[in-house]
Parts: sequence; structure tokens; C-alpha cells
Amino acid sequence: MRRGIGERMWACAVWTLVGFFVLNLLAMIGSVVVNSFGTRWFNSWLPAGYTAQWYALAWNEFQLPGILLVTAEVVGAVVLISGLIGVPAAYAMARRNFPGKQAVMFLFLLPLLVPPITYGIPMATVLYQAHLAGSISGVVLANLVPTVPFVILIMIPFVEQIDPRVEAAARVFGAGMLRLFLQVLVPLLTPGILAALLLVLVRTIAMFELTFLTSGPTSQTLVVALYYAVFAAGVRPGQSIDAMAVVYMITTLVWLLIALRFVNPTQIVTRAKR
Amino acid sequence: MSAPRLPLHRRLREYGLDSVTLLVIPGVLFVLALFIYPFFYGLVLSFQPKAGDWLANYRKFFAEPFLYDTIGITLAIAVPATLLNVVLSVPVALRVRLLRRQRLLTTILVIPITLGTVMVAEGLLTYLGPRGWLNRTLLEFGLVDSPVRLVHNYWGVMLSLVITGFPFTFLLTLSYVTGIDPALEQAGAVLGARPRERFRRILLPLLAPGLAITLALAFVQAFTVFPSAILLGAPAGPTRVISIVAYQAAFEQYDYSMASAIAMLMAAVQLLIITLLLAARTLLFRGPASSGKG
Amino acid sequence: MAVVSRDFRELRLEHVSRDFGQFHALRDVNLTVRRGEFVALLGPSGCGKSTALNCIAGLLQVTGGAIYLDDQRLDELGPEDRGFGMVFQNYALFPHMTVRRNVGFGLVTQRRPRDEIARRVDEALALVRLETQADKLPGQLSGGQQQRVAIARAVVVAPPLVLMDEPLSNLDAKLRVEMRAEIRRIHSMLGCATIYVTHDQEEALSLADRILVMIEGQTRQIGAPEDLYARPETIDVAEFMGYRNLFESDAETVAGGLAVSIGGARMIGTPVGAIGARATVAIRPDDLRLTGDGRIAATVEIAEYHGRDFYAVARMDDGIELYFRSDTRIAVGDAVRLDAAPARILVYAA
Repeated sequence: MRRGIGERMWACAVWTLVGFFVLNLLAMIGSVVVNSFGTRWFNSWLPAGYTAQWYALAWNEFQLPGILLVTAEVVGAVVLISGLIGVPAAYAMARRNFPGKQAVMFLFLLPLLVPPITYGIPMATVLYQAHLAGSISGVVLANLVPTVPFVILIMIPFVEQIDPRVEAAARVFGAGMLRLFLQVLVPLLTPGILAALLLVLVRTIAMFELTFLTSGPTSQTLVVALYYAVFAAGVRPGQSIDAMAVVYMITTLVWLLIALRFVNPTQIVTRAKR
Repeated sequence: MSAPRLPLHRRLREYGLDSVTLLVIPGVLFVLALFIYPFFYGLVLSFQPKAGDWLANYRKFFAEPFLYDTIGITLAIAVPATLLNVVLSVPVALRVRLLRRQRLLTTILVIPITLGTVMVAEGLLTYLGPRGWLNRTLLEFGLVDSPVRLVHNYWGVMLSLVITGFPFTFLLTLSYVTGIDPALEQAGAVLGARPRERFRRILLPLLAPGLAITLALAFVQAFTVFPSAILLGAPAGPTRVISIVAYQAAFEQYDYSMASAIAMLMAAVQLLIITLLLAARTLLFRGPASSGKG
Repeated sequence: MAVVSRDFRELRLEHVSRDFGQFHALRDVNLTVRRGEFVALLGPSGCGKSTALNCIAGLLQVTGGAIYLDDQRLDELGPEDRGFGMVFQNYALFPHMTVRRNVGFGLVTQRRPRDEIARRVDEALALVRLETQADKLPGQLSGGQQQRVAIARAVVVAPPLVLMDEPLSNLDAKLRVEMRAEIRRIHSMLGCATIYVTHDQEEALSLADRILVMIEGQTRQIGAPEDLYARPETIDVAEFMGYRNLFESDAETVAGGLAVSIGGARMIGTPVGAIGARATVAIRPDDLRLTGDGRIAATVEIAEYHGRDFYAVARMDDGIELYFRSDTRIAVGDAVRLDAAPARILVYAA
């Protein structure tokens, strides 16, 4: 439709706002990256010189190898377990209408709607009582709480998309439940499963509150270690903290880019209602 | 002569209960064990304080300004941030939906959500600091005389909530906006309504229910702000949000009962606001945003 | 009847074209619509008819040419300022407004007094026979009812011109026939000039005063329904208008007229335009009669029972298929003889 002068100005204003936001966002990321490579940066636009020493320092000071390993273990376990629990549950939810289904659906929605801190503190308390907190198992359990429902909610539409008659056809041709699952359903569901698990991966790497509340010194993920580093900022040189931050950023963003090959950016965000 | 009764498992199948249905059990048990149970455990625990009668925790909370002020402080941060994020998301979403290649923009906007609040806090500490690029630019262009204080105070936390919150509200609003049939606006235009009027009479009423949900979800996120308030704010005073005192009660004072009480109060405030928003939503139209068949 | 159409003489499209990048959706379209006329834009999917309608409505800008309403140049105005009525393919009813508020939308935009709006809305609803549904929401109505609300909404503002974009395509067959009669009735009562887009030639033939056939963005023929039915000017138009029998043949001018060969038989046909040695013959299925002494011999390959008659496909000796209709029973494998009047055998340049 044709646009008048007023509308053009309004469009301009909106795009300026967006541009301003994006500019600041990129500048924020940029300043962290630049700082992590700077020798000394006191009172100028750019550092005095460049070095990679902070990365070496951060690597040792913050025990990054160990932390990265822990992160990988935690994230791997969370992805695997939430997939194993979530995908079959999503299948059942999509294909069966049983009494109480609404209640079960609501049950799965709750952990996604309630923010982590709110249920994290009572949950951490319980885990501490059960002597599970402080270890990797405790962290994994804590992180599973939002991810199992997340996988279920993402997978249900994918299962619903598969024509039930395809399954019926397979059964008519003699496929038992297991064969049906392995040879028909999983191949058809693979894009959905991939999307869901990649999203779980990205979200768990960045999941701070739950891990923070349940981890011990040997079970911190990267984001929690980063928090502690920033928290104790006076003790360490700022550049090494930023170096660690850059390592964290690269980890997250690499997986984000991979996930975006299979998934629309909107799905990272629209967890529940859509 | 009556018909023979079906075997039990066949009768159950009529109700949708068979071996496939059992697949939900692990998930259900999991959520019950680690979400529902801790919630009730915490609720009960909050009524079992270290000292005093069953309401002692709650009474203590509302007796000490140090504690009950946190609700006000948190709302003072969460409410403006949420309103700003949601209100700004509408014009931006309405523009972006007209764009043919939205993916680059939505990808960039998803970055702060993916990075998370800790990373954004560290980023803002560097970027907004007295010697950071923002202040440098302001000084360079003569907009200010001395660096503006944007870290370790209210504004730092507010900005971090906008950076992580706006993409969220924007993406949600965008999905609602794209769900509205473009023919509706075309019909409005042909009937003589200009863009402002089309927005007021067609788009806004159709968006309102979705915006109510967006407000609820965004508010809940903002209200439970935690690492930003500590790293980027002034946790001792102006940005001592309620999640901080809950955390401190649990992990610094080891008073799990009090911590649970505070967590319950957090949940209660959130529930109250959400109920108000959803009640307002049911007063508005909630039907499909396309019209009829076609 | 207070819902009348505004006075105007004519709407003119002059050399209108619309491009989308490299794609020419409309090319040099010329059309004049007079007051009260019902003009159909007919053509296959993708031919540009909806594009043309959107340009007239102002929802799309023209990239070449101009549109005039009498002496006023329209194509520089936005859709809000043209004052036309429009019925969309999927009705585009505002789902959050009752029928009454939907219909009254255009009047509210014009800031009419409340009682006038109420009166005119009631009249429009009476016109489309939906008075009892006035307080329902669109979601509570059937497709046909939504259709009528859309029409009421378009005509209540007393526009000089009503635009309809394939309004019946989402209805089932029976409803479509009913609604066609409704549209005819409303048009004759109100006398609004109407531009009606459709891909269904039956609809166009039954509703329009004049039909404009568009193929690939260009006007191929404008004329009265009878002319398009009996004398399509080009092969594409013939094909679109239901001349299913299209095949090549030699052409030779003989004493009685132009002779062509159909399945080996020499028949006289009617030339359309200048014909060379090779030609394309076009015959409507209904114009092929099954007679004992027909000159065309063919063997039935497909026979479909349609209640009143049979639709059949028969193959001639030279391999070409003929589509025809038969009142009497025929079966697959029957040898039949067909004939057609010379006036109904159209011959085009190859």
C-alpha cells in the first residue's frame, strides 16, 4: 500500500530505534572482545597494544579445561536424558486422549512459565537434603526440570504433523511397536528431535540460575564460573575475565548458529503458548 | 442375553489408556518429583521457621524494611522494564513483519537471549563503564560533561533487562502480529481507515490478548532478575531485588525455611500480577485472528 | 432504498501495467467500466486479474499507465481515498467485531452520525437477508453468511464501484450457485458498477454484462458473454472458454467456405481472422452431436455418466481425441459418428 510522508517518518523512527539497539548490542560484544585482547586499556578508544596472554591466564586461573569438560558433561547428559524422556512423552501426548490429559499438559507447562529462581530455591533445598546437590548429578537433575517439558512442548506439534494413517499403514503391514518406532517414527521425527535437542543444548549452556543454586566447586558450568569471575572482579585482571567471557560467547554462539540451521529463531523464545 | 464384557485392557483403550500412554509417566514423575514436590516442600518448610510460630517467617519479612522493601524495589525495576519492552515491541514488530528477509534481524536479536544475563552483565560492565565506548562517545560529541554513571546502579540493571527482554517480547509480538490476516488491514484501508485508525480499531484489539500474555511472560522474567542485579547493580541498596534476599537466606544464612518463605512470596506476587493480566485478557476478544474460511 | 450508488460516468484503465521486478504481472490493460455495469475479469490462475483488481482498489500501485474515475486521476490516491467497496476472497471480516459493527465500519470511518449508521446498516443487512445475525461474530457464521456480510459491508458505504475478488471460490458448489443468484439480485437492486474477478467461466457468463478475458497479464478479449461464448477471438481465449476440442488441421478455401479435415472427414468451418494453409480447429463439446449419419467417425474411450447425459471422450482414426456429450447411453468401445454445424466449427490461424 502507498505510504504518505507521516508513515515514512514513522518507519524511519522505528528503524532508527532498531538500529540503535543492534548497534549498542554489537558494540557491547565488541568491547568485551577487544578488551580481552588488549594489553592495557585505560583512557583511549582502543587498547595500547594486543596480546593473547589473557587467554592463557584465564585458561589456567579459571581452570577452563576442567570447567569446559564439566559443561560438556552436564549439557550432554541433559540433552540425552531430556530427549529420552521427552520424545516418547510427546508422542503419547500427541496421539492419546486420556482423562487428565489437560492436567498433565498444565503440569508440563508450569516449569516453562515459572522462572527458574522461583522454583530453583525450593528445588535446591530438596536436592541438598537428598545429598545430590553439589555434584554433577544434582546439576543435571536441576537443569532437566525445564528441559524435559521444553522437549515435550516442542515435539508435540512435530508428532501431530505425522499423519496417523502412516503409522496405521505400518501396523497393517506387520510392524510391531518397536519396529514402528525405529523405522517409521524416528526418521520422520528427526528434524523435530534435532531442533528440540539443539535448542535444549543452547539453553542449558546459558542456564545460570539452576546450576548456580545446585552446583559445587567441582560441578560448575562455564556460565556459573563466569559469574564468579565477574563477581570477584577486583581480584583478577579485567581482561582475563573478558577472555573467559569470550570463550563462553564463542561456545554459545557456535551452537546457536548450528541450531539456527534447523530452527527458526522464534522457537528459541516461544516456549509455551504457541 | 447381554454382550460379553470386553477384557480390561480393551476397555481401558477406549479411554485412551494403553501402553503408549504409559510413555508420559517418566516425564510426569520427573516434574512431580523435582518441581511440584519441592514447591510444596518449600511451602510447608516456610511455615516451620527456626524460631517462632508458623507465620514467623512471613511476619519477619513484613516487619523488616530491609526485606519488604525488596518487593517495591523489584517492582520498580520490573514494571518499567516490562512496559518498555512490550510497548516498544509493537511498532517494531509491525514494521518487521513487512520485511521480506527477517531472518538476519531475528538472528541478531536472539543473541542476547542466547548469551544469557551473566554474559550481558559482563558486557555492559565493560561497555557502559566510565571508560567504556558509550561514555566515550557521549563525551566526544559533547552530550555530557563527565561520564554518566550507568553501572553498579539501577540504570545498569534496567538496561540489561531491556537488552535481554526486548528481543523476547519482540519475537513473541512478531509471532502474534504475523498471525493476523493481512487482508483485514487491506479491508480496513479500502473502507477508508488510515494507518492510525487501522491500528486502533483492527490491529490493537486483535493483538491485545497476545500482548497480555507477552506482558505476563516478560514481567515474570524481569521480576526474577538475579545475576544482573548483583553484578551490574548495587545489591546492597538500590537494586536489592527479592531474589537476592531469597538467595542470601538460603546460601548465606542457611535459613532454608526463610528462603522458602521468600520464594513463596515471589511466586505469590507473580501469580497476582499474572492473574490480573489474564483477567484483563478474558475481557478482550480471544477468537482467531483470521476471518472465517479461506 | 437508501443504499444507492454514487453518480459517475466511467472508470478508465489506460495502458495500465504492473511489474514485480522482472515479472510483468499486467501489461497494457485498457478497460472502461460504465456506471451500473457488471464487468467480469476472467482468466486462469496467475493471469493477473487479482493484480488488476488490487491496482484499481489502490492496494497495489501501478508501475505504468493510469486509472481515471471520470476526470479524476485515481492511481495517485491511496485505497483509503478512493471510496470503493471491496469483497475479498476470504471475506476478511473483522473477527473481533459483530456483524453489525463489521458492516458499519466504513460509515464509522466517515464519521457519520450514529443514527444514520444504524439505519444504513439495518438496510444493508436487510438487503443481504441477514437481519437476524446482526449481533453474531463472524466466527459463528457459515461461509455463505460471511460472504453476505462482506457484501453488505462493501455496499453500505454507497460506493461508485464494487470490487469482488473471487468471492465464491471458497464455497461449495451448491452454495456457489445460490450466492450467484444473490449477487445478481443485489446488483440489479442497487445498480452499483461492479468489477468481478473469477476463473470460472460459468460465473462470468451468468453474471456479467461484459467480460474481459486476461491471460498472462494481457487483455485477450473484451465483449459480451454471448460473444465470448460463441466467438472467442484467439485460441487461448477459446481454450479458456471451454472449447476443449483443439487440434491442428489443413485449411483450404472451397466453394462453401473454409474446409478443414476432422479425423479424415472434410467439414466446413468458420474462420476467425486470417487463415493460412495450416489452422487450429476449435469445437465446444456441446456442439458435437451424436448422429447416425455424422461424418466424423470415432471410437469411445471414456464414458462418464452424469445423470442427465454422458460426458465422453472418443478417439478418431488419426489418433486425436474428441470431447462431446451424449443424451443417449454410450459405452466404452462403441463406434460413434459425430457432426457439427459449420458455424460452430471455429478455425484459427495455426
